[in-house]
Amino acid sequence: MTESIRPRKTELTLAPTGPPVTEEAGAPAQGEMPFAVVEGEPVTELPRDLYIPPHALKVFLEAFEGPLDLLLYLIRRQNIDILEIPIAEVTKQYTHYIELMSDMEFELAGEYLVMAATLAEIKSRMLLPSPMTDDEDEEDPRADLIRRLQEYERFKEAAQGINELERMERDVSQATAEVTDKRIVTKLPDIALKELLIAFKEAMERSEIFARHHVQREPLSVRERMTQVLVVLEGERFTEFSQLFELSEGRTGVTVTFLAILELLKETLIDVVQSEPYGPIHVRVARATGKQTVDFEASQSELA
Amino acid sequence: MRLNHSEIKNVIEAALLGGGRPLSLEQLSGLFGKRSAPDHKMLKEILRELATDYEGRGIELKEVGSGYRIQIRSSMSEWLSPLWEERAPRYSRALFETLALIAYRQPITRGEIEEVRGVSVSTNIVRTLLERGWVRVVGHRDVPGKPAMFGTTKGFLDYFGLKRLDDLPPLAEIKDLEDLNVELGLPEPIPQTDLLDELIEENLETPGDRVDAELVGAEESGDGIVRLSRPDAG
Repeated sequence: MTESIRPRKTELTLAPTGPPVTEEAGAPAQGEMPFAVVEGEPVTELPRDLYIPPHALKVFLEAFEGPLDLLLYLIRRQNIDILEIPIAEVTKQYTHYIELMSDMEFELAGEYLVMAATLAEIKSRMLLPSPMTDDEDEEDPRADLIRRLQEYERFKEAAQGINELERMERDVSQATAEVTDKRIVTKLPDIALKELLIAFKEAMERSEIFARHHVQREPLSVRERMTQVLVVLEGERFTEFSQLFELSEGRTGVTVTFLAILELLKETLIDVVQSEPYGPIHVRVARATGKQTVDFEASQSELA
Repeated sequence: MRLNHSEIKNVIEAALLGGGRPLSLEQLSGLFGKRSAPDHKMLKEILRELATDYEGRGIELKEVGSGYRIQIRSSMSEWLSPLWEERAPRYSRALFETLALIAYRQPITRGEIEEVRGVSVSTNIVRTLLERGWVRVVGHRDVPGKPAMFGTTKGFLDYFGLKRLDDLPPLAEIKDLEDLNVELGLPEPIPQTDLLDELIEENLETPGDRVDAELVGAEESGDGIVRLSRPDAG
């Protein structure tokens, strides 16, 4: 296996201005001494261009956020203006990477291959003589790619900008004075099952009035009714308990609804609240956390 | 009971320290009875005073998305880290790129994010952003599939110490493509390749060095950030 035995430099010298400084001392005098022996053969010359130990290829490619990122890197390291991408050269280098990767049998994200095809297409279009018509509308074949690269670069930089903002946890933290656990939690009165049953009984009694209109229907599914109840509750903040019952359905219907409500309660999909003892009972869709803390939860998630 | 100015100031300071979260002007004035509640002008005045009091101290008063908070200065965090067991979570570059697109281009769908980034957005990233409460689904685009559109939340502003979205660092300008089109009439840039080779020869150090440097860079950046030098990075 080919192995680089050179000391690793931690600095990435790719500054776009001026040629990078090479440490004289760090570079072994080429031609004098083989700096590596590969399969018994001394190697006196460093491979041209990118030379990556195979096992590191994966790490290398993972450092890129996709084909646009890789392309940007190839362009930037040559100090070339993004508007003047030398398509032939960049394509060559890009496909070189891709080939290396497939040689190593790494699974390559499809996007990388699409980009290779795009580059090849642009390259071939640039090789073709442009029809000497006098329309000035014909765009440089590279234009679209350049636009995408620029757009991507903007957001790549913006992402870095956000990363550099002073942020909670990493840079700053909320200063707090120790407050012994006294967070205000408005405790809503617990509802005894008894009261639910009373409310249910009232609904039953009212349904009696409609007893004569008893209609034969399919056995009602509790599951289906659960969905129906949720649909009724959706969007509304609170729905009065009694309004969930369709009295005309008679005893069976009311019972199924009641079972559905109990089932929903059990699965904590709904909250049943009563603002004061013996007051009306209200039902609402349970909040995500299931906690009944005061309003700041809602205000926090408001759209900024 | 009517409180005088400095008493109100004490209550405000204590509330900001005891609340454990940013407090808005409304929340602050709500602490006082209806009659004795200071108006927003007075509150702002008091908050300004507090901010001045904290100058040159280890804490500072900061206005963020959902209100005001007293926070520990970033210069202090290094000193305090032994006190804290958990280290601040690190996030990948992919996550920040996704977040940047949502922040600057909201409301935006996943597909639109992918279009700019040129890669698919992993479900994990979206889930992390949602779980952290930095973004939320703000609606669905009226196209086939009804994709969800994402926007940022007040929690995002709070976390990144921003008052409003305008406080985000400005986006870089897009270079004019007109310049490019002007060059179209010129012969195709095949000779450039030679020129390019020269450029590469001149400008790049021995390839071996470069590779090693790249690898170290890639390995060391735990947050997935490979910093390529940019003119403004220094």
